[in-house]
Amino acid sequence: MIITSYILMIIGAIFLALGGFGVFRMPDVYNRIQAGTKATTLGAFALILGVGFAEPSWFLKIALIIVFIAITNPVGSSTLARAAYKSGVSATLLQKQKEGEDK
Amino acid sequence: MIINIIVFSLVGVGVLFALIRLIAGPTAFDRVVGLDTLNIIITATVVLLALVLKNELYLDIAIVYAVLSFLETILFARFLEGRR
Repeated sequence: MIITSYILMIIGAIFLALGGFGVFRMPDVYNRIQAGTKATTLGAFALILGVGFAEPSWFLKIALIIVFIAITNPVGSSTLARAAYKSGVSATLLQKQKEGEDK
Repeated sequence: MIINIIVFSLVGVGVLFALIRLIAGPTAFDRVVGLDTLNIIITATVVLLALVLKNELYLDIAIVYAVLSFLETILFARFLEGRR
């Protein structure tokens, strides 16, 4: 039981670090939203589930936090992407295609 | 105890890169994306802190922090969308 929680916690921490690194490294607002949201959602799931396996009496609140993150995180990121698209932030891939058409 | 050091240092790497994006983002949306990522990382870290310090109150703090960070992301997105 404790070994499972350690493995889950290390997987979660690796994915959280990769999510932060993706937000730092990606070239574009939409790429950053995608990298940050997906990687950190999986990382938070694994880390919180690992804590739940280590302390089984806390499992109700742990499940509440997991369900809440699973509902709110995609909603927030899609709202953010829609706001960025509507206010005219351009994507780098679309810019490259337009430059190719002009030439 | 070595596992806590490994997990906290990996989470710290993620927090560091998200903070760099939060400070140096070219547009306002980049800063909000960095803030969103940072909020999820902090929520997971507060849950981990409950395990390390053996105190169940930190789980309530994590729930409230998750609610407030979601409201914050939605509010910033609405504000930046309406501003044009």
